[in-house]
Order: sequence, then structure tokens, then C-alpha cells
Amino acid sequence: MMKGPLTFNLKMCQPKTVKHLVNCSALTPNNLNNLSMTEISALKITQGNMTKTVSELFEISGEDTKNIIFENTDNDNLELAYIGANMTTGSITVKGNAGVYCGLGLQGGTIHCLANTADFAACNMVNGLLKIDGNTGDFLGGATAGLRKGMRGGVVLVKGNAGDRAGDQMRRGVILIEGDAGNYCGSRMIAGTIGVLGNVGKYAGFSMQRGTLLFANTPSLHATMQNCGMHTLSFLSLMLKSFNHFDTPFAALNLQRVQRFVGDAATNGNGEILVITN
Amino acid sequence: MMIINSIKIDDSFAEAFNMRGTRVLITAQNLKWAYHAANAMTGFATSVIGCGVEAGIERELLDNETPDGRPGVSILMFAMGSKVLMHQLETRMGQCILTCPTAAAFGGIDSDDAISLGKHLRFFGDGYQTSKLIQNQHGKAKRYWRIPVMDGEFLTEETTGMVRAIGGGNFLILATSQPAALYAAETAVEAMRKVPNIIMPFPGGVVRSGSKVGSKYPKMFASTNDAFCPTLKGVVNTELSDDIESVMEIVIDGLSFEDIAKSMQVGIKAICDLGETSGVKRISAGNYGGKLGPHHFKLHEIMAGNLSAKVEKQ
Repeated sequence: MMKGPLTFNLKMCQPKTVKHLVNCSALTPNNLNNLSMTEISALKITQGNMTKTVSELFEISGEDTKNIIFENTDNDNLELAYIGANMTTGSITVKGNAGVYCGLGLQGGTIHCLANTADFAACNMVNGLLKIDGNTGDFLGGATAGLRKGMRGGVVLVKGNAGDRAGDQMRRGVILIEGDAGNYCGSRMIAGTIGVLGNVGKYAGFSMQRGTLLFANTPSLHATMQNCGMHTLSFLSLMLKSFNHFDTPFAALNLQRVQRFVGDAATNGNGEILVITN
Repeated sequence: MMIINSIKIDDSFAEAFNMRGTRVLITAQNLKWAYHAANAMTGFATSVIGCGVEAGIERELLDNETPDGRPGVSILMFAMGSKVLMHQLETRMGQCILTCPTAAAFGGIDSDDAISLGKHLRFFGDGYQTSKLIQNQHGKAKRYWRIPVMDGEFLTEETTGMVRAIGGGNFLILATSQPAALYAAETAVEAMRKVPNIIMPFPGGVVRSGSKVGSKYPKMFASTNDAFCPTLKGVVNTELSDDIESVMEIVIDGLSFEDIAKSMQVGIKAICDLGETSGVKRISAGNYGGKLGPHHFKLHEIMAGNLSAKVEKQ
């Protein structure tokens, strides 16, 4: 008989003056593998500055630890943070909003958030897939404080909008945003690819060293991004074809003709902004 | 004795050697320029004796078979050792593909042994080269280099695979005239080009100067195969009967024993289908007495349908 997905249904709690973060980093398929329901219920996780057991915060059902679901996550008093942190395998589905640091250091497997995520999603991500059906906050695919490199592998798909500094210090990997991106998109980017189908805010590619920003709309660029003119780049069809197995409109673009900007000259950068022209 | 459609098949064998091989996919704006690039890359690559590698165009590729969706061809390249193969691949990439308008190069074979395709060539970009790591649906990533050049951008995969291969499969066509021998050879080559994983590295796939080991001149380690030279019939211990006036050889390199054996079968069958009126009298094969090469392609076994490998000597 098939085991049902292990489901954590967030319980209601007493109203709080400050929203508490619940650290969900322990609730990943690799951490819960081979644990009994009793052991999982007794695991200790933090809520704000308190330590609680999993069963105090969640109603638990199902047994399949490779397939985890967070339910009823939209809560005025609690924010589920660090969902899927450092996960290496399996899948996590968030039926609702996810808190900060969703997919922090993700190394493998899939995290699917059916609504919005807060800031710092996919920070330090290494591999795997993070799908966000709604909007996401600032520093998507960035680096946690003190680190010099952000996301260094994997794929992030955002159906909605991203906040400021998407891909800040990104080292490798792909971020595809179907909506808008805020200011400083691709700032301090080291390498990798960010695609945005909507509008992009100011200072895209600020201080970028290498990497590719692929935009559907011409952004307002700062003076140190150099216009290299219109070009037909054959690598684009190769790259766009590689998105075919993802559920993203980027896969259907099938184009090679772009306007190329290179920079950021202020940091002697060799990164590029490619603007799709039809 | 084996006779197919009045053509005698000698009870002989082709003696072949272990080689290292690789495949590269060349694409361009159109097939014309893909061929320009591929012809340059596989030029002067008929025999390892003087060229370092043996290379040839394996086949044309459909647009949906190439990584970038453009027209292209696949080429195979063989050498006696990995060092030579790597060196020749790099120099030929640099002089023939990098220089050819609109051409791009991609790895054409998977192997744990990855050899440089554009890995070192990228430095031609003088710091303006950029790479893209692109994952396939199985999560396996390949690195591609984009090198700015005067026609736009040269795109090449970082590496291709190197595999164990076999070189030196062959058969000889013995005919009553030179035109008859050449026509039969052309017919065979045309049929054999449809077999995957093999190339025929000599001009047009045919070689007229088969060699024997050694020479009367001490510095020469190979010289003309006098036993099969029709003009020496009365002079040397000839292999030719009175009615043979010309001999042509087809040499085959391939990725496996079965691939070469299959191509030999297809080629010999195509010649035999021409029949007695073609002027072809016999099919034979070149060997060195069986002592040098570990792979023996026995004509009778191949024409009887046995294409499986049987290593004689390692």
C-alpha cells in the first residue's frame, strides 16, 4: 500500500505582538528518513526564542518522509522559515506562503511553494529545483550574511514577481522569473543566468562581473553598462532548449536575436544583459 | 571456396589495430559551411603514418539531432594513442573550426575520458570568453564556451569523449581494369557510408597504394604492396591472376569490431551485387600474417553473417 505524504499542518496559536519565525530546517526528507512518527513528533524546533516539539506546532499525518507537505501555512503569528534548508533529496510542497530562507543551501530534490515566499529564498543554493508559484522577496538566490558567493547551482522558477537584488552575488545556476524583478537585479553577480519576462527595476547588473541577464523588456540601465548592439547568439537556442523539461514560458522563446549590453564597467565586469527584441 | 554472384571471396582476413577514437559534431549556418569546416578538420587525415590521425565525416545530421538546432555533420577521428588524438583534435579545432565562418563544435560521444574540445581554445578570447554550464533533463551539466570572433561568436563545448576504437579494417577489390575496380570501390563506399560509427579515411574512401611492412631501403618501414601491384605480375611473387589489371583497397576505422565488420559486409555485398559484368573478379583483404594486429576480420565469416568480435591477440 502506498504511503501518504508526510504532512505538517500548522496549528493555530495565541496571537502575538511580533510574528515568530518557526525554524523548519529539521523537517526535510533527509533529516526525517527512517524516523518513526513518535520520533518526528518529539523533534525539537525553535519558534522565536522558544524551543518546541514538532507536535506542539503541527498536526502530523502521513508517513512518506520523501514527500513532505506543509499545510495551512498562512498564519498572522507564525512564519515557516528555512523550509527545505540543505535538503539533498525528495520533495517538499508548501501549500501556502513560505517564510524567509526557503530552500536555503538546497542541494537536491524539489521544493514547490504554491504561494509566496519571503526574502532570501534559494540563498546559498547548490543544486535541485525551487518552484515558487507566487511572488518572492528580496535577495532571491543571494548569499547569507558574510558569504561572498550566493546561489551556486540549481534552478529557481518564479511565476510571480521577485523583489530587489535577485541573484545578488550569484555564482552559478539559473533563476527564471516570469513576472517583474525589483531594483538591482543581478547585482554583484559572479556568473549564472537570470531571466525576467516582466519589467526590471533600476540598476540591473550593478557591479556584475560575469553571467547573463536575459530580459524581455529593456530596462533603465546605469551608465556603466555598455551597449554592444544587436546580435544573433546561437548559444541562446541551446540554453533555452535546456529549459524544455521545466514548466516555464522561457522554454517556448526559441530565439537568438538580442540586444547585448556588457558590464558593469565600474568593476571591470564582463557580464551581459541580453534584451529580447522581436 | 566462397563465390558470391560469380565474384570470389578469398579465405583471408583484414588485420586491425586498437586505436583511440572520438566524435565531434560540427554545425554551421547551413550544410555548405558545416561541410567546409568538417572537410578542413578531416583534411590530411588519411593515415596515422603521416598525418597523426585518421579522420572522416561519418554522416550528415538532421537539424533536430544537433545541440543548437542548426544543420551539421558528425566526424570521427582516430589515433594510435590518446596523447596524439588530444593534440590533433586541439590543433584541428583551432585551425579549422574556430576559423570557419558560423561553425560551432560539440562533443558527439559520452565517455568517462573527456578530452579538450574548446577547453584550451577559449583563451583565444583574450579574457572576453564566457562559459555557460547547461544542464540536460537528467541533471547532467555540460560546459560551453562562447569566444568572441569577427563574425560574431564561436560556440564550442568544453570537451568531448574519447573511447577505445579499432582502425585498419579493410578489403581489396581485384578487377580486370582500373575503371572497373574504381567503380566497384565507389559503389561499396556509397553503401558503407550508411553504416554508423565508421569512417573510410582515404580520398573518396578508397586507397590505391596498399603497403607491406618493410622495404629494401633500410629507412623505410613500409613500402608498396608488390604482391598486389598488377604491373609487377611477372616480377614478384604475385597474388594476382593474369586477368587482374587493377586493385583498390577500402580502409575502415570504427568504434567497435561489429561496426567495422558490418560495414565490410555491406561494402562487399554491394560489389557482389554488381555481378560478373562489373569486371570484379575477387575480393581479398590486407594483413601482416596475423602477427601485428589483435583484430582479424575474416571475410568468409563476415559474409556468412558472423559479425561478432573475436580478439586473436592482445
